[in-house]
Amino acid sequence: MTLLKTEGLGIQFGGLKAVDEFNFEIDKNQLFGLIGPNGAGKTTVFNLLTGVYKPTSGQIIFDGKSLLKMSPTQITQYGIARTFQNIRLFKDMSVIDNVKVGLHHSQNYSMFASIIHTPNYYKGEEAIEEMALSLLRVFDLDQFAYVKASNLPYGKQRKLEIARALATSPKLLLLDEPAAGMNPTETAELMETIKIVREKFSIAILLIEHDMKLVMGICEKIAVLNFGTVLAFGSPEEIQNNPDVVAAYLGNEE
Amino acid sequence: MKKKEIRQFILSFVLALVIYGAIMFAMNSGIINSYWSGILVVACINVVLATSLNLASGYLGQLTLGHAGFMSVGAYISALSSIYLGTPFIISLLIGAVCAAVVGLIIGIPTLRLKGDYLCIITLAFNEIIRVIMLNIGITNGAKGLMGIPMETNFTVVFISAVITIYVIACIVKSRHGRAIISIREDETASELAGIPTSYYKILAFTISAFFAGIAGGLYAHYITILIPKVFDYNKSVEILVMVVLGGLGNLKGSIIAAIVMTILPEYLRAFSDYRMLLYAVVLIAAMILKEKNLVPHLKAKFLKKKDDVEEATE
Amino acid sequence: MQFFATIINGLSTGGMYALVAIGYTMVYGIAKMINFAHGEIIMVGAYITYVVFSLLGMPAFVAIIASIIGCALLGVVTEKVAYKPLRNSGSLAVLITAIGVSYLLQNVFLLIFGSAAITFPSFLPEGQIHLGGLSISYVSALSLCLTLICTVLLLIFINKTRLGKAMRAVSEDKGAAELMGINVNNTISLTFAIGSGLGAIGGIIYGLSYSLINPYLGAMLGIKAFIAAVLGGIGDIKGAMVGGLLIGLAEAFTITFISSTFSDAVVFGILIFILLVKPAGLFGVNVREKV
Repeated sequence: MTLLKTEGLGIQFGGLKAVDEFNFEIDKNQLFGLIGPNGAGKTTVFNLLTGVYKPTSGQIIFDGKSLLKMSPTQITQYGIARTFQNIRLFKDMSVIDNVKVGLHHSQNYSMFASIIHTPNYYKGEEAIEEMALSLLRVFDLDQFAYVKASNLPYGKQRKLEIARALATSPKLLLLDEPAAGMNPTETAELMETIKIVREKFSIAILLIEHDMKLVMGICEKIAVLNFGTVLAFGSPEEIQNNPDVVAAYLGNEE
Repeated sequence: MKKKEIRQFILSFVLALVIYGAIMFAMNSGIINSYWSGILVVACINVVLATSLNLASGYLGQLTLGHAGFMSVGAYISALSSIYLGTPFIISLLIGAVCAAVVGLIIGIPTLRLKGDYLCIITLAFNEIIRVIMLNIGITNGAKGLMGIPMETNFTVVFISAVITIYVIACIVKSRHGRAIISIREDETASELAGIPTSYYKILAFTISAFFAGIAGGLYAHYITILIPKVFDYNKSVEILVMVVLGGLGNLKGSIIAAIVMTILPEYLRAFSDYRMLLYAVVLIAAMILKEKNLVPHLKAKFLKKKDDVEEATE
Repeated sequence: MQFFATIINGLSTGGMYALVAIGYTMVYGIAKMINFAHGEIIMVGAYITYVVFSLLGMPAFVAIIASIIGCALLGVVTEKVAYKPLRNSGSLAVLITAIGVSYLLQNVFLLIFGSAAITFPSFLPEGQIHLGGLSISYVSALSLCLTLICTVLLLIFINKTRLGKAMRAVSEDKGAAELMGINVNNTISLTFAIGSGLGAIGGIIYGLSYSLINPYLGAMLGIKAFIAAVLGGIGDIKGAMVGGLLIGLAEAFTITFISSTFSDAVVFGILIFILLVKPAGLFGVNVREKV
């Protein structure tokens, strides 16, 4: 079952084609890797998918609907959540409040209800609190729930960002270099968590990562991006044996 | 959670009652003379202004330099409504506040859709323009002042208004709506990508802030009973901003304390009144730089202690 | 005839707005902040000229140069003392500080000179240039010429010289510029100096055209110039010039054909309109935020 499909997706900055003729498909519940050298346009693809940039050509179909006319907020509500390469937490808010912001749409009590404290308000807030804590538990962050987000160590901040993204109950989670700046042990641990998240929440995950070995280890399908276009697309084995990829990506070893 | 919130609510309510009772007792028994009673009324109006500005500037993180402008809309409209339509006080107040909110909406919609610092400049311009309009249209009687406003505001009214304002803003801030508003201050793009309709919340918070500024204006109009446009100039906006900055952006208790201190203290420092504005300027610069250098917690602790002394002295 | 006279009037005030707007735009381009104190720096420029010329009895050109240097220094000092410590904090903190600085300057000058208006020395000879049936006062002509000369010189400076290139680099990316060996602090100081120096000229033109100055003159002038900068596309020098002239024209036409009371409201309306229709301004490009 196809969840996300792009057709001829492209964007130009001035005269530069940052992404061009980008075609790929992600299935429901798939762990998908997007790899490619620096400046290949990986993050730009994320920005196009989440509506931060408007594509200059092409089409994005997600869950049967085109995303082109939607704002970033609407796209998130419709089911795509993401993290950022350079962590962007709500620094002065507590860890749990960061997640609660992601849970904003899980409840619908009005502002008026929060002022006169209707039963609906209490029910909503209790539900949010419970959901937030259980999300934090997945990432072992529950003991830091009331710590200021900026006081968390780096690795935990990355995890919190994933928790916040999951709180929006996405169907597709985009992770932008989640292991950046982590040591090998932390990275291995994170990859385990990602697998667990995929099973537990039964969502599709699209992962940008530099580390080829790592992506090969957990992803079911991989797209290789080079100079803004898809160089190769397939299973880890196919990618490994693709001569173009070897030339573009590992060329320096020859 | 429910129990904890209800307990907190009752506690705050009792505290408000005790403060009210103590001040009323002091007023009736002559410990606080009528001059100081007047100062306390103004202090409560300032509390409404400072806490409402804190919602827009402290929690939402959008700098507003037209709070006095919204106050003047509330003041003039409610006064005109009382004079010409003969509406009861509370209705006049609400009409004035709703008009201020509508003006806030008109300014907010084009400005707050955008990222960036346009709001401060547009509210600053608005403040000037609304003052010029009030000076020049006939019905406000221009610089001579709008007179004949019924005297309706007393300490009880302003105290209740201040309590309601604080309560409403505290409730909003604690709810999912408040978290959305604060997340915009922290990182607007990240907030958008966490599914928060940022434009909606920016405009909403700004409009609520304008609404309460309108209430403050109405209270002021029916207390002073004569309205002169000059009162609502840029200086007044800056004064409210200084209260919020001094109390701490995004700190409701701080705003309340700062508003009270900044109303009472100048009365003691009459001799230095020429330097008051200068001091405000220094406060704005120093507060920001000290905060950046992380010196504030230390200072705040000292300041709060000093404030307790002031409160004891006034009671 | 009234039509052409209004155009001349508008261009002359517009030239003054343009000079001030260029200062806003340059500082915004490099420091990404609205320098609220810029309007007050113009006020200071006017007062320095008054003090040096009228009180100290120096020749006019000494007064003008003193005013330009004084304002440039003031701009640099302001940046070093108030804005530099906040370079890494959010825009709210910087804005509040800028308001503080603006308020500080205004109130210092209120304490020194009082709130009453002072007569600005008119060191330009009275008289008019006749062009066909039109007569242009010397002040108007000077204002327009100075604006054009300053803009052209500035554009040459920014596009053709090493320092100009450094400025553009810093406004693109401070970190990268630093790694390329550009002294970011000096470049920012230079920008503040040039912007404030141009502001001083704007202040002198204000004094010459209105002949009365008071410590509040920078406030409204500052807002209008900022609106001009937004209209032209903030960060763009050509845009600031065109924006300034357009705002001047809009104001002049409102005063002549509608009412002077509403001139401020019209300028304000232009700001709302431009924010609704083309927030990037006439010459601006939509800048994408790095995500």
